[in-house]
Amino acid sequence: MAKRSVLGLFTEDQVDEAGDAMEALASAGYTTNEYEVLTGTPYPEGTFGEAEPKHKLFRWPLTGAACGFIVGLLLTAGSQLAFPLVTGGKPILSIPPMAIIMYEGTMLGAITFTIVGIILESRLPRMFMGAYDKRISDGYIGVTVTTEEDRIPKAEEVLKQAGAGDITHGWESN
Amino acid sequence: MQDHVQLSQTKINDDLLAGVLGMPKWWLPSVVVLVLIIFTGLGAYGYELNKGLGVSGLNRPVFWGFYITNFVFWIGISHAGIMISAILRLTQAEWRRPVTRAAEVMTIFALMAALSNIMFHVGRPWRLFWVYPYDFSRGIFMNIRSPFVWDPSAVMTYLIGSSLFVYVALIPDIAIVRDKATGKFAPKIYGVLCLGWRGTPRQWRLQAIAGILLSALVLPVFVSVHSIVSWDFAVAIGVEGWHSTIFAPYFIIGAIHSGVSAVAMIMALAIWLWKLENYLRPDHFDAIGRLLIVVAVTWFFFFFVEWIFALYTLEGPELALREFQVFQAPNMWLFLGFLLTAFFIPVPMWMFKRVRRSPMLMFFSTILVNVGMWLERFLIIIPGLARRQPLSFDWGTYNPSIVEILIVLETFAFVALGMLLFAKFFPIIPIFDMKEGMEVREEIKIGRRIVPASIRETP
Repeated sequence: MAKRSVLGLFTEDQVDEAGDAMEALASAGYTTNEYEVLTGTPYPEGTFGEAEPKHKLFRWPLTGAACGFIVGLLLTAGSQLAFPLVTGGKPILSIPPMAIIMYEGTMLGAITFTIVGIILESRLPRMFMGAYDKRISDGYIGVTVTTEEDRIPKAEEVLKQAGAGDITHGWESN
Repeated sequence: MQDHVQLSQTKINDDLLAGVLGMPKWWLPSVVVLVLIIFTGLGAYGYELNKGLGVSGLNRPVFWGFYITNFVFWIGISHAGIMISAILRLTQAEWRRPVTRAAEVMTIFALMAALSNIMFHVGRPWRLFWVYPYDFSRGIFMNIRSPFVWDPSAVMTYLIGSSLFVYVALIPDIAIVRDKATGKFAPKIYGVLCLGWRGTPRQWRLQAIAGILLSALVLPVFVSVHSIVSWDFAVAIGVEGWHSTIFAPYFIIGAIHSGVSAVAMIMALAIWLWKLENYLRPDHFDAIGRLLIVVAVTWFFFFFVEWIFALYTLEGPELALREFQVFQAPNMWLFLGFLLTAFFIPVPMWMFKRVRRSPMLMFFSTILVNVGMWLERFLIIIPGLARRQPLSFDWGTYNPSIVEILIVLETFAFVALGMLLFAKFFPIIPIFDMKEGMEVREEIKIGRRIVPASIRETP
């Protein structure tokens, strides 16, 4: 069932009011998954009373590094064994040059997996913006609630009571 | 950082998006001139492709000339981009904020320019794919014992890593452009590029971690790339002056010297071209000037040690090479020019605070450094190959042809054009980072003084 979302907009100076709106939403029975704050600039964690986001980003570089290392090992060892040409009297499986390419493979794997991890852990890409206001990029603070349609009017009321200047509506797919 | 201008978020958007949402008068003519230079260079390359490498000045025994010099130069420039950004992010230096993006973007275009030099240099570029394990049908694979296979693996890792690094750090700013752009297509294109960024605390949190984590991951790659480039030379046991164990750190510090100088140049250009003097303050130039003194002195130490240990052996061929580098024209003039421009003119200049705080003087002193560092690479590569050896059947000398000169100019135009195009479509100074910098600044009273302070959160 498609969910609806509502956004209350607060000015740059209404940081406390935006925090109050988050508290009021919690008191009104909305779960932390249903409301969040949107800002155009990073504020210190907990500014709006939001919970610390949990993530598993640190697993990504380790997984990527392991994959990159294995690919590097297979690539260097496999290609040399497949075409065993002796050059410069060196062994076919010559460790120092293999280590160089395996190192680069490890780092490439770690970096690419980290990037993918950052994007996915940030809940991106996001197909539907929901309720959003472009003024957030100018410093306004948005408090958005995404929930079932019948709970939207109550959320709107809470946001207005907390001091939201403008209210915007939107919809989401999930 | 005492020198600071407090600005509102709207003002920051307006200033830093002026070049993206509008078009400065100088932009289009500059692009046209750069495109003309690029096409001239590509025309010269087409001529070289058609006629063969004989149209260049490369000949026995000097098979490495301007192209390889230029390759090493651009790899060097590319280094400071990520290095300065990564180290400043890791140490959470407050003055990093306006500097990081331009430095990172320069890395990408400099790396592309470096790679293009390899294409210009090889006689049959259509076989470049042989460095990749591709030819399964014939069972022939690349020789991984060759440094020419290490090079592409390192450079491509660095290019992919730094491009992704730039993109991730750019996402919040693309979202701002999405919100500010007008017209039918621009908001949609930027909307796709920013992946639907909204600025939730989770997204900001991960963005902060990304800066630190990716910096930590990219730094070891940065160290490996120039080490491997130096090993292109150092593993060649038959050329005096190349076979040195100190080459890897020497090349790395040389790369940092030229690259940090290039960042200072770009900072000065950003002030003049995009009028960003509210963001790039004299304090920023002062900080980078002090960093440059440390880097330049360290680089000179490595240069000195490399020379001392080469001379200490008292081996005839080594001494003959050094004599050829320093006392025989035209190398002697190039060597003199290199020492003056890379160290003896700029470093004493940077000792003066007035110079360090002047964008104009920093611009000219850092241009000198890059002229010097280009000459340094030339003096490492060419005299080593050109030195006349007994029983050599062909005592050639190296005179770069007009084809090589045009192609080298093309690479400079390419990097400049890349930076201009990037700055036309994306903010060249990280907007969200600047806004955060404004948010966390406060003035506090200590005794009878009011001093600016920064509040910092550990990510």
